Amino acid sequence: MIEALLKKKLVASQGDMNLDLRFTIQTGELVTFYGPSGAGKTTMLRMLCGLSSPHEGYITVDGEIWFDTTKKINLKPQSRNVGIVFQDYALFPNMTVKENLEYALPRGESRSIVDELMVVMELTNLFNKKPEFLSGGQRQRVAMARALVRKPKILLLDEPMSALDTTLRLKIQDYILRVHREFQLTTLLVSHDVLEVLRLSTHMFLMDNGKIITQGAPGEILPVQALKRMLNELPKSNLQQ
Amino acid sequence: MIEWAPFVLTFKLAAVTTALLFLMSVPLAYWLTYSRYKIKHAVEIFVSLPLILPPSVLGFYLLLAFSPQNAFGKFLEQYFDLRLVFTFEGLIIASILYSLPFMVQPIHSGLKMLPSSLLDASYTLGKGRLTTLFKVLLPNIRTSLITGIVLSFAHTVGEFGVVLMVGGNIPGETRVVSIALYDEVEAMNYGKANLYAITLLIFAFLTLLVVYIVNYSSRLNNQRT
Repeated sequence: MIEALLKKKLVASQGDMNLDLRFTIQTGELVTFYGPSGAGKTTMLRMLCGLSSPHEGYITVDGEIWFDTTKKINLKPQSRNVGIVFQDYALFPNMTVKENLEYALPRGESRSIVDELMVVMELTNLFNKKPEFLSGGQRQRVAMARALVRKPKILLLDEPMSALDTTLRLKIQDYILRVHREFQLTTLLVSHDVLEVLRLSTHMFLMDNGKIITQGAPGEILPVQALKRMLNELPKSNLQQ
Repeated sequence: MIEWAPFVLTFKLAAVTTALLFLMSVPLAYWLTYSRYKIKHAVEIFVSLPLILPPSVLGFYLLLAFSPQNAFGKFLEQYFDLRLVFTFEGLIIASILYSLPFMVQPIHSGLKMLPSSLLDASYTLGKGRLTTLFKVLLPNIRTSLITGIVLSFAHTVGEFGVVLMVGGNIPGETRVVSIALYDEVEAMNYGKANLYAITLLIFAFLTLLVVYIVNYSSRLNNQRT
């Protein structure tokens, strides 16, 4: 189970913003964080994996404290068992697909996990290719496979499908569901796409301006939000007419 | 016939300077790129100073600092038995300071151009700073490293003012090609002077050609991506 309280004053493009998030995620869940750009979603992921620190708060994972301002604990990213797929995939251009995966292997660890992931993510034919020669979908699969080499408990996905077309998105969504189940992960997905949220997650957090507005089953939250948006737009349309 | 000793000395000076500069500049450029300390801006200015400072100014202050009559020179002589005025060792230190921006700036810009997500990805994959530097950052700024090495080497080969101030004109010790050229002109031996000059000219041309080829092939690679 992940329990987090994250507070930080951020300087965003639209002005200063107070990020103030409190959430609990059950082990094995696939949850999405949905909201407009600048809502603080990526910052939240960076805080979970230790690349950014909240000014105040805590992060505990299955009872283990990763971050706590009152206890002055802040585990380095290297010590947090978490895999992350960045928006730009962040594949190392100097390494082949296989080398990218092998780079993530902890010292002395068997290479069998690399071979297994190459098969699961259908990368076997691409093992010797450098990232520059891969398509968007292939890069995405390599990034996901690389994030899983350390056998993390948690997988963080930062809008992993934003650069892909619809057909590829559906295919990558299948991969996400597959690895989520096969590797028994707790997966946090940041997304802009309503269909993605509905198809993938069992629980969603709706974020805006650094806060969680509401949370629950996507099937219940999203129709209400869509209706609200339509109602908000109605007077404007009438005025225009 | 021209003497070959100044060429040997010049290339020895350039090789040693470039090697030492490379070892110093990688950590310095890394610090300038990733440090959050504000003092780094002052250090950046200090590193870039030789770009606009007349070489004779740098040479003059180094001459004063290295002089055994002054505190630093005295200290080196007393405790390390090392004299830096009019010696090859002194030339190396002066050349390092003089060519510092030519090595640091390409590496610094190369690191700045890399997406920060590469660094983040490496950390989240459990790797520390050193592994990230040697296996991810440096291999991905190869063009910048080569540019830095070539430019620093060439700049050291062509230095004159600093060398004259700190090293003087001692055959086999501090008489590099540019000084030998000046010497021949002073003695009105224009034929010999021309041989020194044309060799340096060809060398400078070839150096820039290498830099352009390296940058051009790197641009081609980027376009292909």
